[in-house]
Amino acid sequence: MAAALSPGKALAKYLAIRAALIVPTVLILVSVVFFFMRVTGDPITAAMGGRLPLERIEELKDAAGYNDPLLVQYGRFLLDTLQGNFGHTTDNRPISEILLTYGPATFELVFWALIVAFLVGIPLGRIAARRYNKGADVAIRSFAVLFYAAPVFFVALLLKLVFAVQLGWLPIAGRASIRVQSALEKIEPNSHIYIVNAIRSGNAEYIKDVLEHAVLPALALGLLTAGVFIRLVRINLLQTLRADFVTAARARGVKENAVVSKHAFRNALIPVVTVMGMQIAMMLGGAILTETSFEWQGLGYWLSQYLLKRDFVAVQGIVTAIAVIVAVASFLIDLINALIDPRVRY
Amino acid sequence: MTNEVILRDSPSCCAERSGVAASSSDILRVENLAVQFQTDGAPVQAVRGITYDLAPGEVLAIVGESGSGKTVGTRAFLGLLPDTAAVSGTAKLDEMQLVGLKGEQIRRVRGDRIAMIFQEPSTALDPVRTIGWQIIEALSVHRKLSRKEAREKAVELLDLVGIPDPSNRLHSYPHQLSGGQKQRVMIAMAISCDPEVIVADEPTTALDVTVQAQILDLLHDLRDRLGTAIILITHNMGVVADMADRVAVMYRGQIVETAPARDIFERPQHPYTKHLLASVPHLGQPRPKSMDTPAERVGDAVVMRVNDVRVDFPGRFGAEPVHAVAGVSLEVREHEIVALVGESGSGKTTLGRCAVGLQPVTGGDIEVLGVNIVKASAKELQRFRRRVGFVFQDPAASLNPRMSVADCIAEPMVIHGIGTKAERLAKAQELLRAVELPADYAFRYPHELSGGQRQRVSLARALVTDPEFVVADEPTSALDVSVQARVLEVFVRLQHDMGFACLFVTHDLAVVDMLADRIAVMRQGEIVELGTREQVLRAPQEDYTRELIAAVPVPDSAEQTIRRLARREGRFVGL
Amino acid sequence: MSAEILAAQPLEPLPTPKRNRLPGAALLASTHGLQRMMLLIGVAIVALFIVIALFAPLIAPYGFAEITAYQSPPSAEHWLGTTVGGFDVYSRIIWGARTAIEVILLAVLLSIFVGVTLGVVSGFFAGPLDRVLVLLMDALYALPSLLLAIVVSIMVSQGQSGAFSGILSAAVSITVVFIPQYFRVIRNATLSAKAEPYVDAARVAGATSGRIMFGHILPNVSQTIPVLMTLNASEAILTLAGLGFLGFGIEPNSAAEWGYDLNKARADLASGYWWEAVFPGIAIVLIVAGVTLIGESLNDVLNPLLRTRGGVTTADELEVAEVAEVAGVVLPAADQVVEVTHDE
Repeated sequence: MAAALSPGKALAKYLAIRAALIVPTVLILVSVVFFFMRVTGDPITAAMGGRLPLERIEELKDAAGYNDPLLVQYGRFLLDTLQGNFGHTTDNRPISEILLTYGPATFELVFWALIVAFLVGIPLGRIAARRYNKGADVAIRSFAVLFYAAPVFFVALLLKLVFAVQLGWLPIAGRASIRVQSALEKIEPNSHIYIVNAIRSGNAEYIKDVLEHAVLPALALGLLTAGVFIRLVRINLLQTLRADFVTAARARGVKENAVVSKHAFRNALIPVVTVMGMQIAMMLGGAILTETSFEWQGLGYWLSQYLLKRDFVAVQGIVTAIAVIVAVASFLIDLINALIDPRVRY
Repeated sequence: MTNEVILRDSPSCCAERSGVAASSSDILRVENLAVQFQTDGAPVQAVRGITYDLAPGEVLAIVGESGSGKTVGTRAFLGLLPDTAAVSGTAKLDEMQLVGLKGEQIRRVRGDRIAMIFQEPSTALDPVRTIGWQIIEALSVHRKLSRKEAREKAVELLDLVGIPDPSNRLHSYPHQLSGGQKQRVMIAMAISCDPEVIVADEPTTALDVTVQAQILDLLHDLRDRLGTAIILITHNMGVVADMADRVAVMYRGQIVETAPARDIFERPQHPYTKHLLASVPHLGQPRPKSMDTPAERVGDAVVMRVNDVRVDFPGRFGAEPVHAVAGVSLEVREHEIVALVGESGSGKTTLGRCAVGLQPVTGGDIEVLGVNIVKASAKELQRFRRRVGFVFQDPAASLNPRMSVADCIAEPMVIHGIGTKAERLAKAQELLRAVELPADYAFRYPHELSGGQRQRVSLARALVTDPEFVVADEPTSALDVSVQARVLEVFVRLQHDMGFACLFVTHDLAVVDMLADRIAVMRQGEIVELGTREQVLRAPQEDYTRELIAAVPVPDSAEQTIRRLARREGRFVGL
Repeated sequence: MSAEILAAQPLEPLPTPKRNRLPGAALLASTHGLQRMMLLIGVAIVALFIVIALFAPLIAPYGFAEITAYQSPPSAEHWLGTTVGGFDVYSRIIWGARTAIEVILLAVLLSIFVGVTLGVVSGFFAGPLDRVLVLLMDALYALPSLLLAIVVSIMVSQGQSGAFSGILSAAVSITVVFIPQYFRVIRNATLSAKAEPYVDAARVAGATSGRIMFGHILPNVSQTIPVLMTLNASEAILTLAGLGFLGFGIEPNSAAEWGYDLNKARADLASGYWWEAVFPGIAIVLIVAGVTLIGESLNDVLNPLLRTRGGVTTADELEVAEVAEVAGVVLPAADQVVEVTHDE
């Protein structure tokens, strides 16, 4: 045992090391994205190739520095990124502004979706594990497989078809109605998170409008994630339910519900939380498709817009930003894990 | 042990009473209990109608080997078996029939009236809860206590089981305790509600022998003080001799013999009991005829010499490095078996691995068969390896599950380019016969064999290149008693026939007493005592060696009673 | 990204099938009840799609780029209707199966080859190469797979279609996404296999590193590959469809691709042309569900932690009995137990 260190210090040291690891991770991610996107060509040829005369393209490339040696470009890119300068889109918007304006929208969507995923995924996963190989287990697993198998944009289409087109209960797209949206954008300071702005405005109609718009996107992305959560919770809970300490708790006469929730579930949560950290990356991937389906103007929506325009500077900026978010999120997950698992804490 | 010790004159007071079968004062009566497991194929009959009874304050040992049904038989009436098990028969606690109780009814019995202690304390405690939390939970499941009362009671319980500084220890997590302390915590939980019966399922199997002695002492004291009846499930006849008032011997799902402990050891009746007792190595008793080898065979030439060897393992998160082996020197001569003895963490396995170059050393020199394996080039090492063998502890893991038995045995020949395909197969089959397995086993896969058979295959593989030096790392500790005896016999015969020198790593002094020429006792990375078998076991010079020898329970009730008394009075009884 | 997770537990080898037995028979035999049903349904669905892919030219009434009627609802002529671009939906689904299977096969085989080799070598040798690879792979693994696929497909095709065949470029993008997954799982399995006594045994015998890696470790760690493969195959289809949906996949005149069709159908949905979207969607759901069902069942069956405990095998019981018999112990049959009880 690491007896030399006091418990608090050992944890602090662990977290410090873990936090320091964010730097190389981010650096590698950013570099990988840079080299992948530049190694075979430049954004200007990609966007304008065939549409402009070659000389004009060369001029543009010279101006933007794409004719410099790759390593020089890389150095410049790193320096710029470090200063929060992600470059400009072809329609000359600073990418950092796009990140700040639309990042919160993606955050809002992921937040709603996580609520759905937790509310659906965790209870169902628990039930499936406790009814192992019984009807309920099979039904829940089939449900999980189905939602995992359905592409999020297809679920989005179906939800829209039923609830927006056929029944007309909910809006078909967007983050809010046009009128509400322009009102919300005027609220200062603008958090760009509509539900926050709506609550701050104190206008119940705004809140209702924002919530209505959130339902279908949250369901589409949330159910996909719930499918993964169900499988995760189920398999880890099944494993811990077979652990010796669970039998030992039963042998002490602990009530079955307490055995599951106080002993098995908490232990099962450790691997679940670790993996949920990786799910954040998956959710961001899903968010691109969800936002595109619902015209939810977040990072994913704009990413797909710039992809269509073949604006790879913008794409690179947004991808880089998402990579940083993922690296930071995985650190936060480790932090949570250290709080649940005393073996990490001490 | 700081607690006051109350000793009874002898265990016979209970033995006498329990001679009268099924007296009305019995706390637990099990009748015709049977357990059947539903599988995809034919149902498996794990327990075939067992009958026994248990008096208050009595220790009943249920003894058996793998597949005897000893564990299943007790879990059955506690409702702790999976859904696939069908239990029939009766188990009456006072007048309450336990078999068939469901849900809340059986829950009220568990922990309150019948408590359990498990084999592996490190997995039987919830890793994410403090031990205080777990003890308080065990208490409050059955008793209405305020937080303060429960806390006080928990401290009291920890003190009772001999945990130092109990009020601070409440806040510890299981991973912060040693194995012995964890088992003490398990025991504290087991006695928390003053149960009438404690089922102890191999409570000391996972522990070192000195810790085992302390835990057995603790169980003894608790029985004497609290009058709790104990069902002790074990395969270790030494533990039986140490603890039991009465013994039930199980074999393939049945109880074949029930008798007072003394009788079992002195006058076993059933052939299986006799066989089992004959298989158990008995520390201090002359080895069986079948294993006798001429003593003068040991030569003068040194086969292996380690000189001031050190091995450090890096600590976690920059903690101090662990000195697994801290400056050890040792020689093994021609035809000699040197036993390396110690408890877990003593560095014995690490040293054994160093001797064949499996473990790089931090410092020191190792010379085996004239090759300095610390400095040898890759090519020299490769040639060297043809001349050594290694037998691993876990036969299930040491054979590549994807290779047939013949391929496993002959692989070293393939590596060193010895013989043609046919010759290699012939050699493999010859060795199979040498380890007393049928030659057609060559075409089976390891998972089709039993533990003992696999270990014999593993032995055959180690010997296929006719090595001059063999390291055996706990080769029999994963095996059943009777199987262990047979593997040891084969091993000793082959060592005699082939004449290889051997470094035999083990924790089991009784095994050492059967086959070692010399013994090295290791503790915390150092050799504390080194000498001939006679010297070390019968006239030990070091306190630690004495402590080790004293802690080994011998499979004889009368003898063990004397040894126990002597040990607790701090006297050393020679073998 | 869920592939690694569910297979993260070391998997126990299935009992080695006896010679002359169908592969998979042992697997099927080790399942039971509803679990077996899930496995069989999965296998049936996947088999159906493979057959469709193989015989697409025979089954599909029209070519995948053949323009027929515009936006006609399902009818006798066009069973599942036609699209705004004039394609027959039913034919596009049949041809799409071929594209999907081709991409899966290519991507899965490529990524297994690269990921497994790197994983075994990296895990076995540890050292600086391992550390660099782990950092790189972890970084790639952390990126949302769709994003990585987009980045790679930009690299491969520079946004110009036709430079590289659409299918190959999609397959390469997906391959890069999956290499880190195989790498991580295989490397971790190698690390633990490296500590196994059978590897030590080979080392003591003097085996070379190559022999240990590819003769001992690889056959044992490869147990994890089938589960990963099924889980990855399902993700491959979703990634392919996702690329298509973002307009970054395969052009309609080079092959039929379901995600692309869904993307094109999106705009028409509000106008009530539901068949353009619903049927390709169902195709994706079906094939992914089929593959996932197989993966899920495999995972449940092979997970040692979910098996009934017992290092004790019947062989062990028989051995105890055999040793006892040699010693002259004869056990009475179950119904005639003779219990010896000593009375003083």
